[in-house]
Amino acid sequence: MVSVSIENLSVRLGRRPVLDGVSAVLEPGNLIGIIGPNGAGKSTFVRAMLGLVPSQAGRVAVNGRDIATMPPRAIARAVAYLPQGQTLHWPLSVERLVALGRLPHLAPLSRVSEADRAIVAEALARADVAHLKDRVATELSGGERARVLLARALAVGAAGLVVDEPLASLDPGHQIDVMTLLRREARAGGLIVAVLHDLGMAARYCDRVLLIDRGKLVADGAPDAVLTAERLAEVYGIRALVDTGGPVPSIIPVDRIEGRQA
Amino acid sequence: MTVPAPRRWHPTLLPVLIVLLIASAAASLGLGAVPLSPDRVIGALIGHGDRIASIIVYDLRLPRAVLGLLVGAMLGLGGAVLQGYLRNPLAEPSVLGTSNAAALGAVAAIYFGLSEWHVLMLPVMAIAFALGSLLLLFALAGRSESPLTLILAGIAVQSLALACISLALNLSPNPFAAMEIMTWLMGSIENRSVEHVWIALPCVAIGFALLLPGGRALDALTLGEDGARSLGVDLRKTRLRLMFGVAIGVGGAVAVSGSVGFIGLIVPHLIRPLTDRSPSSILWPAALGGAALLTLSDVAVRLIPTTNELKLGVVTSFLGVPIFLLHLLRERRLW
Repeated sequence: MVSVSIENLSVRLGRRPVLDGVSAVLEPGNLIGIIGPNGAGKSTFVRAMLGLVPSQAGRVAVNGRDIATMPPRAIARAVAYLPQGQTLHWPLSVERLVALGRLPHLAPLSRVSEADRAIVAEALARADVAHLKDRVATELSGGERARVLLARALAVGAAGLVVDEPLASLDPGHQIDVMTLLRREARAGGLIVAVLHDLGMAARYCDRVLLIDRGKLVADGAPDAVLTAERLAEVYGIRALVDTGGPVPSIIPVDRIEGRQA
Repeated sequence: MTVPAPRRWHPTLLPVLIVLLIASAAASLGLGAVPLSPDRVIGALIGHGDRIASIIVYDLRLPRAVLGLLVGAMLGLGGAVLQGYLRNPLAEPSVLGTSNAAALGAVAAIYFGLSEWHVLMLPVMAIAFALGSLLLLFALAGRSESPLTLILAGIAVQSLALACISLALNLSPNPFAAMEIMTWLMGSIENRSVEHVWIALPCVAIGFALLLPGGRALDALTLGEDGARSLGVDLRKTRLRLMFGVAIGVGGAVAVSGSVGFIGLIVPHLIRPLTDRSPSSILWPAALGGAALLTLSDVAVRLIPTTNELKLGVVTSFLGVPIFLLHLLRERRLW
């Protein structure tokens, strides 16, 4: 079980303020969506949460402990991270790639153990890529690669998981698979934080969404409370069909509101 | 459920490398200007040899063979580490500029006549310059974590060192001094003494000690910088180790051998297809392969009959280019 509390977090990249006084307490057992327009500061928010970008002000604590005082390996063992994009610099085999997730657990000079390999095999199975394990990761399709990289993050075996745009380049079937998987991880007690662009998916699967606009947290709560037509007009500058009351919540962006070009 | 351990190396890789290493060392000890029969060489090595054989083996061939292995191993490892760290298949041990700085130190020693005081002035100056360039590199790129700034700083250091070398050639008082500088720059391990071994050995040892444990950080960098840091890798520490390891190790190697190109670039490429292609798994094989390849090239220098003596750096480049091209054309699909 892991919880993350963010107090008054502000981040500048260069001289540009990117996050401005964001506070939130993220509790385990939840799938939390981070949404907002392009450039709103979503990725910076999750990166700062993991200590990957220095913050100007505020504090992030993992299980009550300030991350500024935690060694990087301790943060890595508590919260796994799947960065945006599909960066892969060497043509490793899928199995070898997923095994990188065990790095924070390895003692210096030790080899990957039997137990580590079992965890890797399980992560491959959970992300539905066990059949690809001997393939070369750089030769996979975009969708396969996305799931392999998700398996890499799962292989860390951390109680927290932060994924940045996990649905990019996935077909609808695999989008549903990934969201189902993330929700299952949350139900099993994990703290899952996902940066999402698909508002419909966020409405359907997330327990809670954080809406970020121009570096500020503008709404935080259950999807049906946050994702209202008025708020989407205000933040995204779009008119949208919002149906969050039914059994399958859906949000369909219709058109841009004149004069609201972001 | 038992999961078989994934193999990091092709089963033939290590045996082949070890055979090559032994063969190259044996050839380096056994072949030379004065023909010696194998039993005279072995006799000299174990201390029962005749005087002439002992002098040839101990004072000429042994230092040369050991230096070939040391320099080659360092260049191979340096290339493998830098390709992994910079995630660039074109990286080689000289990208940080420290080997050019070492060359500049040697050139300065020749130019100002310091090398005539004592044979060791040249390597000592070379190492001093390599370490000096590290300070410059540190000032330019020490605080950043991005590999790009390190490449840019390396290019700056390299260009400055090359400009100074050109200046020395330009201003050299007589053609003989210029010739001496040119000859040194071509790279060779001929006529090196035991003292040279004692200079190179600690530098290479420090280089190995700093670079070899960094394999995991290099593996993690496969996922990019954020990916690596989120796996608990301290990128700043990784970079410091690497800068010091390359400057001291490669600087020390270049100090005794001059510039020997291509070994550090091609050896990791030759090794990689026989491994699981992760940066960590090519470190040891690249060191062994570099040692064997450089020593074999040095044997070739002795065997190829030419009117002027052939230089090692020339041979490695001629050997390197075709191997490299052929290999890249075959491997292209994976990039």
